Amino acid sequence: MINLRDKGADIWERSNRIERTFIALGFIALAASLPFFGGTFLNTPIADYESVLVYPVAMFVLMAIGLNIVIGKSGLLDLGYVAFFAIGAYTMGLLGTRTGLNTWEILPIGIAMAMFSGVILGVPALKLRGDYLAIITLGFGEIVRIVALNLETLGRSGGILNIPTPPPVFGIEYSFDSHRIYYWTLLIIILLAIWMVRRLAVRRAGRAWESIRQDEDAAELLGVPTFKYKVWAFVLGASVGGAAGVFYASKTLFIAPDNFTLQISILILACVVFGGMGNIWGVILGAVILGYLPDRIRFLSDARLLVFGLVLVIMMNLRPDGLLPRKKREKPLPKEAK
Amino acid sequence: MIGNFLDQFWSLTFGGLSLGFIYILIALGYTMVYGVLRMINFANSEVFMVATFATIIIIRDVFNFTQTSEYATGFRLWLILGTALVASMVVAGVLSVLIELVAYRRLRRMNSGILAPLISAIGVSMVLAEAVRIMTDSRPVASPRAMEKSFLGKFFDADVRLDNTIIIVAAIILLVILLAFVNKTRLGKAIRAVSMNPSAAKLMGINIDGVVSITFLVGGLMTGAAGFFYVLKYENSSFSIGFELGIAAFTAAILGGIGNIKGAFYGGLALGLLETYASFFLGTQWKAVTVFVILVLVLYTRPNGLFGEAMTQSRA
Repeated sequence: MINLRDKGADIWERSNRIERTFIALGFIALAASLPFFGGTFLNTPIADYESVLVYPVAMFVLMAIGLNIVIGKSGLLDLGYVAFFAIGAYTMGLLGTRTGLNTWEILPIGIAMAMFSGVILGVPALKLRGDYLAIITLGFGEIVRIVALNLETLGRSGGILNIPTPPPVFGIEYSFDSHRIYYWTLLIIILLAIWMVRRLAVRRAGRAWESIRQDEDAAELLGVPTFKYKVWAFVLGASVGGAAGVFYASKTLFIAPDNFTLQISILILACVVFGGMGNIWGVILGAVILGYLPDRIRFLSDARLLVFGLVLVIMMNLRPDGLLPRKKREKPLPKEAK
Repeated sequence: MIGNFLDQFWSLTFGGLSLGFIYILIALGYTMVYGVLRMINFANSEVFMVATFATIIIIRDVFNFTQTSEYATGFRLWLILGTALVASMVVAGVLSVLIELVAYRRLRRMNSGILAPLISAIGVSMVLAEAVRIMTDSRPVASPRAMEKSFLGKFFDADVRLDNTIIIVAAIILLVILLAFVNKTRLGKAIRAVSMNPSAAKLMGINIDGVVSITFLVGGLMTGAAGFFYVLKYENSSFSIGFELGIAAFTAAILGGIGNIKGAFYGGLALGLLETYASFFLGTQWKAVTVFVILVLVLYTRPNGLFGEAMTQSRA
């Protein structure tokens, strides 16, 4: 099977600084120009193409990057990631409608709220191992949704209406139907998240996560404070989810508990595993495909989720490590071979 | 509130027990597979959902019951119930074995870790749930009532209903058979050997793939029985039922300690009762929250569940 991951890495490693800058800029330009392809075969038949680009595609990419810190980098199975997305969204919903704060002022508050709940959940849950963590996080995701569904302040099943749009930045207006402005803003947030993850990956935290993922006991014996770094991974993942939530609420202007079901958690998890756990480019690719596919195949109308399920089964059987798997350390260096 | 609770204590307890036995049987579908493969059998919830529809089809289409039919009695009633039970168990068992072939086998051979099979199992459950959703037009399906839910008598102040009694008695019989199978037969021994140490079991000449298939079959049979009991008790089903009950049953399996049958038993009973009591005090909308809070508290003090085997524990 063709190993795109190694080919890509090979090209990247052999390029110099200038070439790398061009490659990176090329990809960013390609991503930024996506809204202009509305008339081509990329167009989604029923949903508005540009709005699909914002949610689910870009939103899924952002969340998948966040979840990848938790699952891909440090190997913790989180099935309730939607909780942080919901907490960010409800922070935006509440503060945006009750106080005069605008989206950019609420963004750090939403992130802080998500991180705080990450600590609350993470400190007891991360003392457990593996599959138990999965059910606790799954439960947490459901609890957040049920609380939103039953608290008067959070609008019950009706949710929160009339959430304000972000105020203009440099004179660019955010209006409800200008999807591409939201898309480009999200792109910037995504780039920031990628930058954060890549910086962390080569530092102490990244090495600690890698060692925890491979063998937690060995890491502990070598003096890695595993618990501390697990909580950190969890909280950082939560912060990205919270940021996505704040922005989501500010884009759709209306949120309800139905937007934050377990299905979202599972879809984001599927993005991460489908794309290639641990490798951020794989995760992004996975999120783009899984976010985009259900809307692209909407002509199948009723059967589209069925087909989606089939795609998951077939793809996982063919490429169990995902589309672009992480680099295998033990593999011999390709340069010697040539 | 407390006075009310004491008045209704026994009737709540009976309802909770029969719900608990349904949870136990579904939890077995998770726990048996987990014991052997150390994997969450995510598609088990949809096996349950398909089994509920198998029961409805038997009652409605094979025995031609409608909402206005007269109740069956005597031998005919037991024939109907027996056929429905066996049919849903067989359907669920076969489906479960097929799921293992499609979603797990290849990945297991490739040693691909736990996440890839989890996602492919999620894919299978999406396919099943969606297929049923399309066939049922996204609507819940009511089952015609085949038997009169007569009162057998009173236990303290509680009415002992026929359906709840059938569920509890039949489930206990199934559990006894299951325990005998796992503890007394050669195949049961093979299952236990694989769950203790797969590589050693393989060296002793045990056919691992065969044992895994049998485990999925047995888990499926139990889950299928749960599907029948569910329809008997609640008389309806829908494509989304697997999800709701599946999460609860999985919680039950973990509460008791996943991977062993005793754990599923106590976990299921505890969850059935807790849910029923919690809905009484706090209203049904908070029952899931209560259950999860209790689960967290239990796991916090006993990280392997109430009866869990000791796994490598993190120090922290």
